[in-house]
Amino acid sequence: MSEESKTTTTTTPNVDISVELGSLKLKNPLIAASGTFGYAHEFKDQMDPSVYGGISVKGLSLQPRTGNPMPRIVETPSGMLNAIGLENVGVDAFIRHKMGYLRTLDTVIIANFFGNTVEEYGECAAKLDGVEGIGALEMNISCPNVKAGGIAFGTDPVLATEVIKKVKSKSTLPLIVKLSPNVTDIRVMVRAAEQAGADIISLVNTFTGMAVDLDRRRPVLANVTGGLSGPAIKPLALRMVMEAVETATIPVIGLGGIVTSRDALEFLCLGASAVQVGTANFVNPTAALDILTGMKQYLAGLGVEKLSDFIGTFSR
Amino acid sequence: MAIRQDNSCTIEAIERIGEDYFRIAFSPRVPFGSRPGQFVMVRVSSGVDPLLRRPFSIHRVTAEGNFEILFRVVGRGTGLLSKMSVGDEVDVLAPLGTGFGEGGVRPLIVGGGIGVAPLLYLAEHYISEGKRPKLLLGGRSDRDLLCHDDFACLAVPSAYSTEDGTLGETGLVTELIKRELEPLDAAQRDEVSVHACGPVPMLAAVARLCVGYGVYCEVSLESHMACGVGACLGCIVKSIDDKNLRVCKDGPVFDATLIEWF
Repeated sequence: MSEESKTTTTTTPNVDISVELGSLKLKNPLIAASGTFGYAHEFKDQMDPSVYGGISVKGLSLQPRTGNPMPRIVETPSGMLNAIGLENVGVDAFIRHKMGYLRTLDTVIIANFFGNTVEEYGECAAKLDGVEGIGALEMNISCPNVKAGGIAFGTDPVLATEVIKKVKSKSTLPLIVKLSPNVTDIRVMVRAAEQAGADIISLVNTFTGMAVDLDRRRPVLANVTGGLSGPAIKPLALRMVMEAVETATIPVIGLGGIVTSRDALEFLCLGASAVQVGTANFVNPTAALDILTGMKQYLAGLGVEKLSDFIGTFSR
Repeated sequence: MAIRQDNSCTIEAIERIGEDYFRIAFSPRVPFGSRPGQFVMVRVSSGVDPLLRRPFSIHRVTAEGNFEILFRVVGRGTGLLSKMSVGDEVDVLAPLGTGFGEGGVRPLIVGGGIGVAPLLYLAEHYISEGKRPKLLLGGRSDRDLLCHDDFACLAVPSAYSTEDGTLGETGLVTELIKRELEPLDAAQRDEVSVHACGPVPMLAAVARLCVGYGVYCEVSLESHMACGVGACLGCIVKSIDDKNLRVCKDGPVFDATLIEWF
């Protein structure tokens, strides 16, 4: 063993943390969650975006969107509410202006997208299919602002089936379906997504919530309601990811409030094949690096050589 | 720009200024260069509550690479910060955002209340460039007019206004601007630039006034924000052509004529 590799072994334990989600292979199980990492270049002065195994970009729509009026974020205990309103550059500008930088990164680029109608979902997927450098699609069926059907895509299994089938017919890329937690029984949506042809499921998106400005007796957010994220939702997310893993036969990506390596490992031991880091990127741009280091140390401490041997080892 | 691998800073000094204003000096483990008008994001808790960092403009920098922030205690985050101690380690993202521009030969530096925070650094910078800045500072009361001594040390000519008449002229800082600009002819106004920081209604009034006088004006805006690097899109202001500008990245300093004020 050379001196150099000895040093590497002592600082970061040599654990194989690569994961395979069907045909989607990631060098590590961390994916930057859509909406919390922009188009990656925003973070390049703070950290190397290639630290991530995958990056899910800010959700794309057929047309650019300017989003909701301000104020559109507010801090809550151990969390935050956002009502950005899916502001984005639009799928065409994304392909023209954002993919150039993203292609230079050593990570899997996941194009997150949404539509107002089934047809728009299909058109968006068709535009992203075949774009060099995109490794997977993540369709958001938990949009709070869609007109036709509204959040119904993510809460009605019949509509979800229809829109997922449409997207599958337009693209051959691995398809991740991002589920909304704002449902009575997540297992119904998991089954519907899988049967409609989803290759992978990711959950949870944000929980609908609100904040009240007591002194003005008005909502804090201009949109009145917003999506709750951050450590506050981790227990809720863990429960739903457990149910999803127990229901699905396809891989599940877990997210919701992950800040530390222990948080990430909790989702992974439940059986999530990968995890997404969201709000933590805002608080600590080097969160991914810290989580990976901690994860390797923890697994090495257990004597686990491959993360895949650890995934799903939770028992009731 | 190279990635700063280490964001830890040590608190070198905490100074209480009046009722609820504080000035904190930090020494960063990895020094960084900055421009006046840029800001930092301070993690006020090592845990997750409060979760988000707090943005503060850079108040002053020293030759040794230390930097200061000046703030008013307005909530939990600033409250925690004010109770920290000399020697404490704090995680600070810096430098962030787009700062003040070059300015004219005679920059008018205009502050409202705690909006004075980035202006001391700006005055020092302009002086170092051989310009002749003047300070116009307004506030509700004399308690809200900070840093006179520091500007006096720089020999920056100053005029003050307070709404309650406890210091300087009674009224708003816009009156001080009018008094400066009114006597000038067009050629003289070309040499003047206005650089303002304060509450939005004040900035809007300053912007309007400067358009009227044909004087270039830039403003430093404040906003709640989560990330400070342009990703969360929580700190948007509208431009006159209805585009979204991010206070954290496109600003916090903007050409005042680009902003859709109301």
